[in-house]
Amino acid sequence: MAASTDTAKAVKARPRARGSLVGLAAWLAGILFFLPIAWMALTSFHSEEDAATNPPSLAASLTLDGYRDFFGTGGGASPWPSLINSTVASLSSTLLVLVLALPAAYALSIRPVKKWTDILFFFLSTKMLPVVAGLLPIYLFAKNTDFLDNIWLLVILYTSMNLPIAVWMMQSFLAEVPKAVIEAAQIDGARLPTILARVVAPIALPGIAATSLICFIFSWNELLFARVLTGVVAQTAPVFLTGFITSQGLFLAKVCAASLVISLPVLAAGFAAQDKLVQGLSLGAVK
Amino acid sequence: MTATASTTTVRHTRVPTAKTPPSGRLRAWATRAPLLPALIFMIAVTQLPFVATLVISFFDWNALYPDARSFAGFENYTEVLTDPDLRKSVLTTILLTASVVLASLVIGLGLALLLDRRFTGRGLVRTLLIAPFLLVPVAAALLWKHVLYNPEYGLFNGLLHWVGGDSAAQPDWISNTPLLAIEASLVWQWTPFMMLIILAGLQSRDSELIEAARMDGASDWQVFRHLTLPHLRRYLELGALLGSIYIVQNFDAVFTITSGGLGTANLPYTVYQSFYQAHENGLASAAGVLVVIGSLIIATFALRVVSSLFREEASR
Repeated sequence: MAASTDTAKAVKARPRARGSLVGLAAWLAGILFFLPIAWMALTSFHSEEDAATNPPSLAASLTLDGYRDFFGTGGGASPWPSLINSTVASLSSTLLVLVLALPAAYALSIRPVKKWTDILFFFLSTKMLPVVAGLLPIYLFAKNTDFLDNIWLLVILYTSMNLPIAVWMMQSFLAEVPKAVIEAAQIDGARLPTILARVVAPIALPGIAATSLICFIFSWNELLFARVLTGVVAQTAPVFLTGFITSQGLFLAKVCAASLVISLPVLAAGFAAQDKLVQGLSLGAVK
Repeated sequence: MTATASTTTVRHTRVPTAKTPPSGRLRAWATRAPLLPALIFMIAVTQLPFVATLVISFFDWNALYPDARSFAGFENYTEVLTDPDLRKSVLTTILLTASVVLASLVIGLGLALLLDRRFTGRGLVRTLLIAPFLLVPVAAALLWKHVLYNPEYGLFNGLLHWVGGDSAAQPDWISNTPLLAIEASLVWQWTPFMMLIILAGLQSRDSELIEAARMDGASDWQVFRHLTLPHLRRYLELGALLGSIYIVQNFDAVFTITSGGLGTANLPYTVYQSFYQAHENGLASAAGVLVVIGSLIIATFALRVVSSLFREEASR
């Protein structure tokens, strides 16, 4: 009896000692990965002169000049139009994705059509087609129909970019709604809208929210379409970011401030969707 | 492949309706109706442009001389395949994709194994590790180019200076090793992605089985080698394939860090350049078709992996 508790203690003690070592290694890795971002944040609050020193000046005084510069009070182009464009494009396309994907996911999970897996895989296969392959016809089409530099063209394209992901994700979320519960509601005489609102929505809502956040992130990040298809009017935030560095003078603090501001919505959306992030990025294959 | 997938689904769904009575047919259409808007939208926006690309790829067409457009057969393809620059960009694409996927997969596996253990502040470490993936790709590329790699006042050379004093080496990272510079920034961004997928795999392991193996005296390495790794195989494959699909298409990092210079132009950048700057529509389309063929080869494997995971999930 005593001997067995001793070995049990030994078995427990060994992982604990290793546990702290694992913790230390994990913390080191986490800090190492985060270091560039932390450095970027710190630099964004330095003056341009302090940002461009070698060796780096850690304890330089903090200032908001980088942010003031970025927001155009220093006379440069204002980022607001591009930030608004990005917001419009990301929100509208996410909304359109929801409108199209929700019914589709319903027809692929709760009341599945015949051969629903084939259709699901058709959606997935479109995601594997590289965007660059369709870029030229889209550009020519936009040019001939006066849709170049129009934010709504980006909305359509971002919708097509995110729709397969959304259909897959929502299919997997809606499939989690137990069939028995829906049938019970039907027997009680509940009609479809009631079932959707009272039975399906409460279970699927967190998943739908995560899907929306992921679609928002992908639209916000997109560069290639935005770069080719927009100009002055419909320019998005990533395009603004690629264009605003001039070769004259020091710009490090300004770049850091700009990168952080433009990444902020994505960081917020990503952390909010953290738990469902894998499921979304692996197109529902990993739960 | 996408085209065949769509035709088979259409054929499959039509056959039964022909035999069912009108009321049944109506009901079948009612079931199908919610699906149609999304399906039609996808076919119109993603399949039609590709068909157009395929058609244009057979024409000799420079946008600056629109009148000189003529049918060229496979000429664009022979030109693309024999052009040393384009061949180089095919090689660059393969090299970039393979090295980034492999490196981020290995590091991601290591990090996932660490995060699978219990320790103080695990949630916070997870958040720190995910952060690079949640930076806007252009912002991440700018961060690496200007804030880290800059030869005069970038953080890397700053740290070298700090450690090695005034005589420390101050390499020009991007000029010396341009491709490696891009790869490092992409590995930094994609490792969290791999880590998350592998972590999900680790957490779906059968803990009773591992417990039993431990009881039978299996060492940590044996458990890892014979239980964990075989279980993770699918997740590693999935990570590799999804990563490949995203990184093969990478444009942001190449565009921002080197603008395709110094031998770092990959296929997406080359396609972009050949029609956006050189206005060679026919050549760009032919290169685009080649990118598609390459992705389809990867995608066939990817679809197989996803569908096996999918079936496993469904049979549970």
